[in-house]
Amino acid sequence: MKIIRVLLQKEFLQIFRNKSMLPILFVMPVVQLLVLSFAATYELKEVDVALIDNDQSALSREVMSRFQATGYFNLELETFHYAEAMMAMDQGEVSLILEIPSGFQTRVREGRVADLQLVIDAVDGSTAGLIQSYSTSILKDLNAEQMRKIQMESYSPQVQKVKSIQVIPQNWYNPDLDYITFMVPGILVVLVSMIGLFLSGMNIVREQEIGTIEQLNVTPIRKYQFMIGKLLPFWVIGMIDLLIGLILARYGFNIPFLGSLITVLIVAGIFLITIQSLGLLISTITHTQQQAMFIAWFLMVIFILMGGLFTPIESMPMWAQNLTYINPVAYFIKIMRMVLLKGAGWPEIQFMVYGITAMGSALLLISINKYKKTVA
Amino acid sequence: MKSTIVVEINNVSKSFRQLKALKQVSFAVEEGELFGVIGPDGAGKTTLFRLINTLLIPDEGTLSVLGYDTVNEYKQIRPLLGYMPGKFSLYQDLTVEENLQFFASVFGTSVASNYELIKPIYHQLEPFKNRLSGALSGGMKQKLALSCALIHKPKLLLLDEPTTGVDAVSRKEFWDMLKMLKQEGISIIVSTPYMDEANLCDRVALIQKGSILQIDTPTSVVNGFTKPLLGVKASNTYQLLKALKSFPGSDSVHPFGEYVHYTEKDGEPDPKVLQDYLEQQGLQNVQIKLMDPAIEDRFMDLMHTAEEV
Repeated sequence: MKIIRVLLQKEFLQIFRNKSMLPILFVMPVVQLLVLSFAATYELKEVDVALIDNDQSALSREVMSRFQATGYFNLELETFHYAEAMMAMDQGEVSLILEIPSGFQTRVREGRVADLQLVIDAVDGSTAGLIQSYSTSILKDLNAEQMRKIQMESYSPQVQKVKSIQVIPQNWYNPDLDYITFMVPGILVVLVSMIGLFLSGMNIVREQEIGTIEQLNVTPIRKYQFMIGKLLPFWVIGMIDLLIGLILARYGFNIPFLGSLITVLIVAGIFLITIQSLGLLISTITHTQQQAMFIAWFLMVIFILMGGLFTPIESMPMWAQNLTYINPVAYFIKIMRMVLLKGAGWPEIQFMVYGITAMGSALLLISINKYKKTVA
Repeated sequence: MKSTIVVEINNVSKSFRQLKALKQVSFAVEEGELFGVIGPDGAGKTTLFRLINTLLIPDEGTLSVLGYDTVNEYKQIRPLLGYMPGKFSLYQDLTVEENLQFFASVFGTSVASNYELIKPIYHQLEPFKNRLSGALSGGMKQKLALSCALIHKPKLLLLDEPTTGVDAVSRKEFWDMLKMLKQEGISIIVSTPYMDEANLCDRVALIQKGSILQIDTPTSVVNGFTKPLLGVKASNTYQLLKALKSFPGSDSVHPFGEYVHYTEKDGEPDPKVLQDYLEQQGLQNVQIKLMDPAIEDRFMDLMHTAEEV
C-alpha cells in the first residue's frame, strides 16, 4: 500500500509540474464542449437560392416568401433562364434552384396536380438532405393551406377526402430536435476517451523513452503496484474532467438529466479503465511516444467515426455495424444518451455495461501479460 | 548462501537475434571486492550488468547473486541491489530531494535512516536539493544517481559506465567515493571504457566482443605483458605510425598519449637501429625510450591475440 501511495504521489507531482499539460487537462472539457457543440451543428443556416419564377403569380410569390420567412433561405438570384441558375450553382453561389413553371397558380386553383422543381447541390449529402426536408415541409404547409382555401371556395367533396389523413409527428426525448442536446453527451465521451487512451499509455512509453523504467524495474516495485500507479492518476483526472463537463452540460447547455448521475459515473469509471487498458496495451507494443501517439490517434478516429457520435450507427453498412460491438466508445455514447436524455436505468443499459466490462478485463489482462515480457 | 562469493556466473551466453552479446562467460566476484569490467563500447558490458541485475534472462548458463538465482529468485535479489544504469535514469522533472525520497520509499526505507552512508556524496548536492534533477550538471547528476542507488544500503552495487562523459575531476572524486563505499563493506562491480580506471579496481575482467579475455588483479594483468616496450615520439605522428608499421619485424604499433607504443615480433628491438630507420624515412625530432607497460598495452595485446585466433 505504501509503495502505491509513493508512486501516486510521484505521478501527481510530475503531472502538476508539467506546466504545458496541466491547463489543457482542465480547459479541455470547456473548450471541447463549447467548440464542438456550437460549431458542429446540423441545423441549416443561410441557404442561397436561385429562383426561376415562370409563373409570376401571387401564388409563386407566396412560395418564395414562405421560403424566405423561415430565415434559412436567402434569395440570391432571380432569373428566367435555367442555365444561368445552373451556372450559379456550379460556381457555388447558390445551393438550391427553385423553379416554378408557368400556369402553376392556375393548376393549383383548379385543384389539379401542380409541379414544381427543386434542384439541390448535393456535394455535401447531409446538407442536401436538410434542404430537401426543409423545403418539403414548407411546401407541404403551403399545400395544405391552399387546399383549405379551395375547399372553402368550392365545397368540393373530392378535396375533403384528401384532407382526412394528417400526420402530426412528435419527437420524444428531444422534442425540439435540439442538436446540442444530442451532441453534448457524446462529446463528453470523446473527452473522457482522449484522456484515458492518450495520457496513461503515453506516460509509460515516456518512462521507457527516457530510460527511467530501467531504474524502476530493478526496485522491488510489483507489477500491479506499477500499473495502479500509472492508471489511477489519469483515471481520477478523467473523472474530474467528466464532472466538469457534466456540470457545464447541465447548467450551461441545459441538457436534461433524466437518468441517475450515479449510473453515469459508475459506467464512466468502468469505461475509463477499459480505454486506459487499451492505452496500456499500446504502450507495451511501442517504444517511443511518437509511435504510441500515432496508433492511439488511429484507433481514436475510428472509434469516434464509427461510434455514432456524428452519424447514426443504424445507417452504417452491416459489417460496420458489427464492428461497433467491439467499440467501447460506441457503447458509452449510447449509454450516455440513453441515461441522460431518456432516463434509462440499469435494465436498459446492463448488456452494454457488460460489454464494456468484458472488453476492459480482456485488454487489462493482455496488457499486464505483455508488460511482463518487455521487462523480463 | 556462500559467505565469500557475491556474484557467481557460470557459462552464461546471451544473444539478441543474430548478435551474440555474451559468449560462455564465467567469473565470480568476492564479497567486499571492487571488481572492474573493462572493455570497449559494444563489448557486452551493459548486457552483463542487466543479466546480473535480473533485468535479462540468460539464454544459457546460470547466474547467482548474493546466493540467489537471478531467474527464479529475482524478488529476493532486487532489494539487495543498487544499480546505476549507464544512461541517467532518474526523473528529470523531480527535484534532487524528491528523487532521493522516491527511491528510498520504493525500497521501503527513508532518507534519514541511511543518511550516514550517502552523506559524503550527498552533502555536495544538498545546496541544490530543490533543483530539478534535469537541470544538474553531469557530475552532479552522477552523484545523485549514486546516492539514489545507495539509499537502501545495498549489499552489491552495480555501476554501468558511471564515469562516461564526466570530467576528470569528477571522475577522480567518484573513484574516491567508491573506495570509501568499499570500506563500508559494499561489494561493487563497475564497468568502464577507460583503462586508467582499471588500476583502481581490486580485480578486473577484460571483455571484448562478448568474451572475457582475462580476469586478474591490475598488476598481474600488466605483468602478463612480457615483451619489451618502446615509446616513440616524433614531430609527425601520422608518418611515424606509418613508418613503424612498415619496419621489418614490427609487431604492435598503438598511439597512447604523446608516445607511440611499439613492440617487435621477436625479442628486443634495438632503439638505435630504429632511430636510424625513422630518420631515414624523413622523420624529425625522433625520441625513443624504454617504457613500462600499462594495462592498455596488455589489453591491446590480448585483443590482438584473440582476433588472430
